[in-house]
Amino acid sequence: MHRPARYTATAMVLHWLLALMILGSLAVGLYMTSLPFSPARLKLFNWHKWAGVSILVLSALRLLWRLAHRPPADPPMPVWQRRAAHAVHGLLYSMFFAVPLAGWAYSSAAGFPVVLFGVLPLPDWVPVNRELSETLKALHHWLAYTLGGLAALHVAGALKHHFVDRDGLINRMRPGRA
Amino acid sequence: MSSRTLFIWILSTALLGALAQPVLAQVKPPQAQLQPATSEIGFTTRQMGVPVDGKFGNFTAQVSLDPKQPASGNVSFTIDTTSARFGSAEIDAEIPKAIWLDSKRFPQAGFQSSAIKAGGPGRFEVTGRLTIKGQTRDVVVPVALTQAGAVSTATGQFVIKRLEFKVGEAEWTDTSLLANDVTVRFKLVLTGINAL
Repeated sequence: MHRPARYTATAMVLHWLLALMILGSLAVGLYMTSLPFSPARLKLFNWHKWAGVSILVLSALRLLWRLAHRPPADPPMPVWQRRAAHAVHGLLYSMFFAVPLAGWAYSSAAGFPVVLFGVLPLPDWVPVNRELSETLKALHHWLAYTLGGLAALHVAGALKHHFVDRDGLINRMRPGRA
Repeated sequence: MSSRTLFIWILSTALLGALAQPVLAQVKPPQAQLQPATSEIGFTTRQMGVPVDGKFGNFTAQVSLDPKQPASGNVSFTIDTTSARFGSAEIDAEIPKAIWLDSKRFPQAGFQSSAIKAGGPGRFEVTGRLTIKGQTRDVVVPVALTQAGAVSTATGQFVIKRLEFKVGEAEWTDTSLLANDVTVRFKLVLTGINAL
């Protein structure tokens, strides 16, 4: 069966856009929680939430696109590496949903409904409850760290293929080259 | 009945009536009892478009109201400014600070009515003065009163401008971050109010 040599342009755009948004949100998330109560903190929290909801929506589109389009074939590699790479992909995808959903729930439980871009109120699907909000806060943080760790494994694997195996795997996701 | 007895009887009735008249006109409705466990004073702020609700945990209210003669009534309440509670402990810790409610200097906020008017069945318009953080402003509060058995429930809401009360100073005067309008909501559960 024919398999394309590279990911589709749409898949590439979503991959790189989401990579930037996710890393940006992780960085903002780590920074904003270190700030004292201030307008800057309030702004960053809201931007972080808007980014998180955008990541959630784009990830849903990405998942649908991924299910509808066959990815390129893997270059030859040991079975355990293939399995590990695919496991990391699967876990990354689950985190694309789990991290923003936990953040949204945490925000609702803490009594701050998410209003997307300051104009579109999103529904609260958990009640305002202080203990629940503490639990969801911890969950959101640990899921985010997990996402960060998985992203690091993903990047390490890609770099290993590029610089050690030199098998051209990275070109599958590299825009602008035929 | 002798004429003398009749005379005394008429005289004493007239005297009593004359004495009682001004007393009756001034009679205040009895003080109602607030049921604090089911009563609520809360508020909604808006931070970057996000409605954030809070409540005051400690407050007292003095209400005396005859629904048939609202003008004779009187309403006041006093709020412990350290008792604001949001969903977030972080914000609870901020509110007593000087740029917000400044609870050290102003441990209480309060309202005192100056006039109560009927505004339709079970509805009243309470005019009075609201004092927060040492700033006093006139407010008109619409109140709906419902009754079930001996329990009367007064509910209503009104909007205040937080900057008129200096709530949120320095960098927090930016109303694009934190709206000037704050909606105050209340539900006072009372016993001892006459039937509507």
